Amino acid sequence: MSGFAKPLKIALGIAVIAALIVVPMNFNRYGLFILSQWAVMTIAAMGLNLTLGYAGQVSLAQGAFVGIGAYAAAIMTTHGWPLPAAIAAAIVLSFAVGWVLGYPALRVQHHYLAFVTLAFSTLAFLVFRNESWLTGGIYGISNIPRPHIFGIATNKPLPFYYVCLGSLAIVSLAVWWLIRSPWGRAFIALRENPLRAQSLGVDTRRYTLMAFAIGSALGGIAGALYAPLTQYIDPVPFNLSLSLDLLMMVIVGGAGFYFGPFLGAMIAVLLPEWLRFTEGYYLMLYAIAVMLLLIWSPTGILGILDRYMAARRTKAASALRAVAKSRLETAQ
Amino acid sequence: MSAVLEVTNIKKNFGGISAVDGVSFDVREGEILGLIGPNGCGKSTLFNCILGQLTPSSGEVKLDGRTVTGLRPSELNKLGVSRTFQLLQVFPKLSVRENLILAGQEHQGNMASRLVGRSDAGLTDAANQMIGFFKLDHLAAEPAGGLSYGQQKLLDAAMAFMGGPRLVLLDEPAGGVNPTMLSDLKERLIAINREKNATFVVIEHNMEFVMSLCSRVMVMAEGKVLAMGRPDEVRKNPAVIEAYLGH
Repeated sequence: MSGFAKPLKIALGIAVIAALIVVPMNFNRYGLFILSQWAVMTIAAMGLNLTLGYAGQVSLAQGAFVGIGAYAAAIMTTHGWPLPAAIAAAIVLSFAVGWVLGYPALRVQHHYLAFVTLAFSTLAFLVFRNESWLTGGIYGISNIPRPHIFGIATNKPLPFYYVCLGSLAIVSLAVWWLIRSPWGRAFIALRENPLRAQSLGVDTRRYTLMAFAIGSALGGIAGALYAPLTQYIDPVPFNLSLSLDLLMMVIVGGAGFYFGPFLGAMIAVLLPEWLRFTEGYYLMLYAIAVMLLLIWSPTGILGILDRYMAARRTKAASALRAVAKSRLETAQ
Repeated sequence: MSAVLEVTNIKKNFGGISAVDGVSFDVREGEILGLIGPNGCGKSTLFNCILGQLTPSSGEVKLDGRTVTGLRPSELNKLGVSRTFQLLQVFPKLSVRENLILAGQEHQGNMASRLVGRSDAGLTDAANQMIGFFKLDHLAAEPAGGLSYGQQKLLDAAMAFMGGPRLVLLDEPAGGVNPTMLSDLKERLIAINREKNATFVVIEHNMEFVMSLCSRVMVMAEGKVLAMGRPDEVRKNPAVIEAYLGH
């Protein structure tokens, strides 16, 4: 996005935020549910984008962390704890588990690492399903309460949508800060050339573990919002297909681009809804659209924009060079 | 002059092959030591053993009298040992300035302060100085991947100096660099050596470059030290002529 002028970027940002606040006021219950789901999935995808897109560590377990966060929140809030406390617990728990899951990444990479995380994903699903004393097993946990925020009940769809949107805003700012910090630079170095990064003093072990832990913690936050959003959870939504969905959001939006997860989650959550008028064909059309996009631009939607901007910069630079050259020639 | 680096009887075996076979030498404070020898003689393997990329099969490495054998590369870097690689290693998507900030940031504060502190870790000025020193000013904001090979090579070397190292190991800094840029590079290296009192070890095949840059030259062949001495002494050594320089 670096090609846009700064005021234009700020204006665009304000317009999008205002639209996200104002437009849904007229939405029905279902529309608000879908939009809340978009906000929640964006948070989870931002986490995976950090682990995969920035730090280059493949993970097929992000859905499991959404599950961990969701169960933590469901269990705690149905036992009378307030949601903020449940979110904090979800963060701590998924951060810790994510940290541990990072250890295999110190030994194996790429598709081997994908398999390790895939196995973890299956393990988490089995725990959700089989440990009924804690998770309610296949019957799940129902009547998950929604919180009162500053004394306002969020039982209705619109207030809870604002809870999700507000959480997304906070997470977005935190991630923005993180990727602009030296940590973000170290994550990119880890992805691009770990050997060179080490020789420059980057403690690649610690940053790898951090990339997993922070990415997983964001998955946990998403889960802790998902539970009160649906008010009922069972193990099925947190199986491997959620991890694959989240992976698709990151790749389709553009891995390693800050706004990638926003777009990716929009496509993954909203596009199937928009395609519903095609009835039985919508999933097929959706699959074909994703395939075509990735053939056209393997770096996702933001990859297209990035290439366009790079081409424009090159053009501008060569124009400048041409001007400088002709000036030199006339001066002689 | 005291020794910055003392290497004692380093051996490295890969299966049945001993790539480095009992090498001992020291590097004196402030000197530029050249390391030459035919391809496959163990120069880069020796570098990797010293720098923690490989664990030596036996032997000891001391930095300022402290044993550092087996430390990880990032730990060694924090103790003031820096390096470049034989193949070009810059971060192509980061700008020239970002590459340099990255190269210095882990020497600033700790993990926590780097998270909450300034996004440039306070290094923009230092990076700009380095950019000026290596005459890359007009390219500061460009992605490093867009630079010419020679310019990337300069950036690669510049990155090795960002952490203010005591000892820098350069693996073929002149490889593939055109003559004009090469004399630039040599001049810059000599300037840093004098001004910052940094000590260098340089692997290089370009004899003219090595002989004019280095105060001492070590010659390796088949994993062993063949000769060590002033450039003019080494050049006349019959064993060196036989093994490497040719007649």
